[in-house]
Amino acid sequence: MICDACKEGDAIIQLTEVEDAGVRLLHLCERCAAERGVETSVSAPKPQITDFLQSVHQAMQATQGDAARCTFCSSTFRDFRSTGRLGCAHCYDAFENSMRDLLRRVHGNAKHVGRRYDPPASVDLPEAGTANELRDRLRRAVESEQFELAADIRDKLRGLD
Amino acid sequence: MLDLSLIPDGGVGWLDASGSNPDIVISTRIRLARNLEGYAFAGRARDGERLRILSQVQQAMSSMTGLRNGLLLRVDEMAPGDRLLLHERHLVSRELAGLDPQRPVRSGSAVYVARGASVMVNEEDHLRLQSLESGLRIAEAFNSVEALETELGELVPYAFHREFGYLTACPTNAGTGLRASVLIHLPGLVLTKEIGKVLSGLQQVGLTYRGLYGEGSEVVGNFFQISNQTTLGRSETDLLEYLTRVVSHVIEREEEARKVLLRDAGYIIEDKLWRAYGTLRYARSLTFDEVMSYLSSVRLAVGLKLITNLSVYTLNKLLIFSQPAHLAHAEGRELTTSEANLARAKYVRRILADDTGSTR
Repeated sequence: MICDACKEGDAIIQLTEVEDAGVRLLHLCERCAAERGVETSVSAPKPQITDFLQSVHQAMQATQGDAARCTFCSSTFRDFRSTGRLGCAHCYDAFENSMRDLLRRVHGNAKHVGRRYDPPASVDLPEAGTANELRDRLRRAVESEQFELAADIRDKLRGLD
Repeated sequence: MLDLSLIPDGGVGWLDASGSNPDIVISTRIRLARNLEGYAFAGRARDGERLRILSQVQQAMSSMTGLRNGLLLRVDEMAPGDRLLLHERHLVSRELAGLDPQRPVRSGSAVYVARGASVMVNEEDHLRLQSLESGLRIAEAFNSVEALETELGELVPYAFHREFGYLTACPTNAGTGLRASVLIHLPGLVLTKEIGKVLSGLQQVGLTYRGLYGEGSEVVGNFFQISNQTTLGRSETDLLEYLTRVVSHVIEREEEARKVLLRDAGYIIEDKLWRAYGTLRYARSLTFDEVMSYLSSVRLAVGLKLITNLSVYTLNKLLIFSQPAHLAHAEGRELTTSEANLARAKYVRRILADDTGSTR
């Protein structure tokens, strides 16, 4: 049941209000109940993911549309909004403004201040890894009908041969 | 069937009750989420990609000192019962074990298990490095997982962003990728009905809590996992010090609640706890939820020194070994629910009798 006050949250509290006109029965979510001074006790872990997805939704509205697409993994912002998971590390750059806004909402801050990291200078990435990586990107681009991107990747693959 | 004797210390060294306040704090777990540069995240990656990630990680790990004598277990090649067994032992997450019918196990899912540390490969993130210590040992747990992470990071490139830090599939883990959680037993606060205030207080100060099996799990047997909720915008040291302070405060509150219980409801509490002990000691059929609930009471009784000839280590062992997949493993075959309940009661009776040196 939806909250009678905000029309958004799940109603978990039934509140009977006595007014001049008579008695009114309200179904309220936790937040709206708290605003009316009804104490709600904590009994089960709060689904953190719900708050999180709400933030995702707000971040999306705040900055860019669903159609924005990552050129590395071909995920769209819509994919992220429906699953809550990003497709790859490059999505953070592809949706940079939305991500900054979202991270700020979720963590209260979007600037990393912890340990820094420099990738190893000479990583033993087997040559085949690069071609395989491009092939995976090519398949994803074709599947999501991004033919221009697919053509670019195909050219790069040819360059490797 | 999985041979658990191959796993260093069976993966359950953290049950040994060696920390301070062992009746209140069971264990400390710290995990770091990392992804490899150059691949889609595990949920988006193709089968071949995940297998290449695994082989790259495997190659790097074979030369690492931090994982010497470690064992690689291919979760994707295991029977469902064995995957559940690893999950019950807290070595792999529900997601990696593919226990939800809607999300079957993914190819390339694996776990490295070494003494006190493990690395899940191809979970939601490519790498979930974690260390598990008995009792409240946040700094020690972090040092060991950090050493592992540093060594591995010199061999494979992690995805790192100058502004957002370590990049993860879910933005709630980005930045440090650090989740530190303390498994804590709070029956005093539950019985005095103070727990609601304590838990909502945690959420107000940027921490969160979960049940025994981590994310999305129910709180059973008054066991809570308290952990940091934010991972970005504060340093690792900051996050860990803060968690340590808050958990120490929760322990104090629990100890106060226990004193209040004994003072105001002495014989009622004493009676309740001994009845729980009696049930565990003599019942012929027990569900897992019953065992959890009675073990919570007996654990409290040991903490209050009402029961003195029983070790916390024994209670910790019962917590793990009375779970369904562990019972099936011990019996060497699959069990129906009622068979498991009989086997569970028999196992609990035997362990309690051995520990107290009395007859079964």
